[in-house]
Amino acid sequence: MTMLGDRQQLSYIAAQAADARLNLELETEGMTLNIGPQHPATHGTLRIIARLDGEQVVWAEPACGYMHRGYEKLTAVRTFPQVTTLVNRIDWLGSFANEVPFILAAEKLMGVEAPPRAAYIRTILFELSRIANVTLFLGDLGVQLGAITPVFLAFRDREYVLNLIESATGGRFHPNFDRIGGLKDDLPAGWIDETHAVMKKLRGFCDQIEDLLFGNEIFQSRTRGIGVIPRDVALQYGLSGANLRASGVDWDLRRDQSLPMMWNKADWKVWTHPDGDSFARCWIRLQETRESTKIVDQLLGVIPSGPIMAKVPKIIKVPEGEAWVSTENPLGEMGYYVVSRGDLGPFRVKIRSASFNNISITPWLLRGVYVPDIVTILASLYFILGDIDR
Amino acid sequence: MSSNSETATPVVDHERERLLEAIKGSLGDSLVESHIKPGDDLWIRVSTESWQASVQKLRDVHSFDYFGFLSAIDWMPSPYGRGEDDPTEPAPVRDTTIRSGYAGGDTRMQVFIRIVNSTTHFGITVKVDVSDSAPSVDSLVSIYAGANWHERETHEMFGINFVGHNDLRNMYLPVDFEGHPLRKDFPLLARMVKPWPGIVDVEPLPGGDEEVSVDAKDGDA
Repeated sequence: MTMLGDRQQLSYIAAQAADARLNLELETEGMTLNIGPQHPATHGTLRIIARLDGEQVVWAEPACGYMHRGYEKLTAVRTFPQVTTLVNRIDWLGSFANEVPFILAAEKLMGVEAPPRAAYIRTILFELSRIANVTLFLGDLGVQLGAITPVFLAFRDREYVLNLIESATGGRFHPNFDRIGGLKDDLPAGWIDETHAVMKKLRGFCDQIEDLLFGNEIFQSRTRGIGVIPRDVALQYGLSGANLRASGVDWDLRRDQSLPMMWNKADWKVWTHPDGDSFARCWIRLQETRESTKIVDQLLGVIPSGPIMAKVPKIIKVPEGEAWVSTENPLGEMGYYVVSRGDLGPFRVKIRSASFNNISITPWLLRGVYVPDIVTILASLYFILGDIDR
Repeated sequence: MSSNSETATPVVDHERERLLEAIKGSLGDSLVESHIKPGDDLWIRVSTESWQASVQKLRDVHSFDYFGFLSAIDWMPSPYGRGEDDPTEPAPVRDTTIRSGYAGGDTRMQVFIRIVNSTTHFGITVKVDVSDSAPSVDSLVSIYAGANWHERETHEMFGINFVGHNDLRNMYLPVDFEGHPLRKDFPLLARMVKPWPGIVDVEPLPGGDEEVSVDAKDGDA
């Protein structure tokens, strides 16, 4: 696979060089293409300004800020339990996963740890939000490259997961369910059996997408060798999640970090891909969805009984200190640098969101690509606008 | 981590201690202060003049090759508090002392970065003081290309200049926006134009005369 990838890359580079020579001879006039702010490939309102020479991008720059909500400022006037309401809305497709690192940071400062049952349920809900998030990505990917069917399958199957999240937390998109010291409620009756059934359906969905999309010749020719990110560039730009693992970096915060979560209680695999192209990034996400369903299935079988809340005071004051906690969220590394002054609310919260770093590579990555590849690259980097602008 | 870790015998984090010793060796006088929370994290503070050189050494010698984020902290307590004051009461007296966090600090604002070694997965938080009169530090774009947008954001939100960064345009705010929103002396206007409803609007719950619990006060400003 590597050899083929290399050869394709070389031919791609050669073709680009030939085109550049031709353009030089023909002296085509440049033009500026404005993509967005409203565009299906932008998952929100991102605007891309691309300067073109013929069909080729000479310079491209995303214009952010259409959805900047100033969460870092707003956290300064909230109490610790109220902050989860805000951070829910950062990556709105995997909301529960946004709450977890913040709550873990607050717990770390307080020296509180959630009881085991709560930690298990947290991990399961975390993975469910990953599945809900990435399912939509897999469907949306098709629609952006011109295949309509996958998106219908994705919306159908994501609904099952959202129903699960809703029946457990009460909220489809913004659960606001995580509490300092545990969870708001226990799981409803019959939820575990239902979840097993849905996980089976989701694995079926992954198989279907793999056949339908990843095996499709058009899809392959549009993604293979497009938008190649080498390993050292990925690290320099702070790419994370599937984007980093697609460049061959074997690093998953769920496995390589000790947090009071239960990922290490399940048997699963971290997938990497050597190619670093758009295909690799999409393929990694597909495999990760499968692994997530496995994690959920395994953890459901071993949830211990016991309380779901640790003993915490009714009015929460977090002791003075600084803490950094990051987790492997659906979009990549999401972390909070929380500074507390022993007050009811945080003194400063720096929100490190995955998409901000992931998309900051685009000016480098889009240079020299063709116009249709802009969409492929943006789709495969996978960002959510709320996660860039915060 | 147990809740009585304060009283228990202090744990020594040998791996981080060793890492810190190695960093001390290569940074020399540039390293001003350090802090280790055993089993959790490592903080260091470097001198402002050596900011770029120190980070370069951390990447080249100690293989902190993964760029996490760059941002800043304004250590001055907000003169506006949390915007929850009763407007009919006299203005409250607030603490105005500037206290820095881990690894200390001599200035009101500090820039900090989070970098990680992608092989050992050890992370480090590096802080640097920023002069009060002319807030400016060297840019890290030549070391980590990813610092580009982070420095733009920090410049916009804190008004800190990054020497060597040639494109400090605003990322989020309009071009003619005045002020630096994440500085503590920049008021949160939503709280200024409309008093916090938690103070003025809360009506007694039907059927209950006990005080409103924290949860019930959740709302947006």
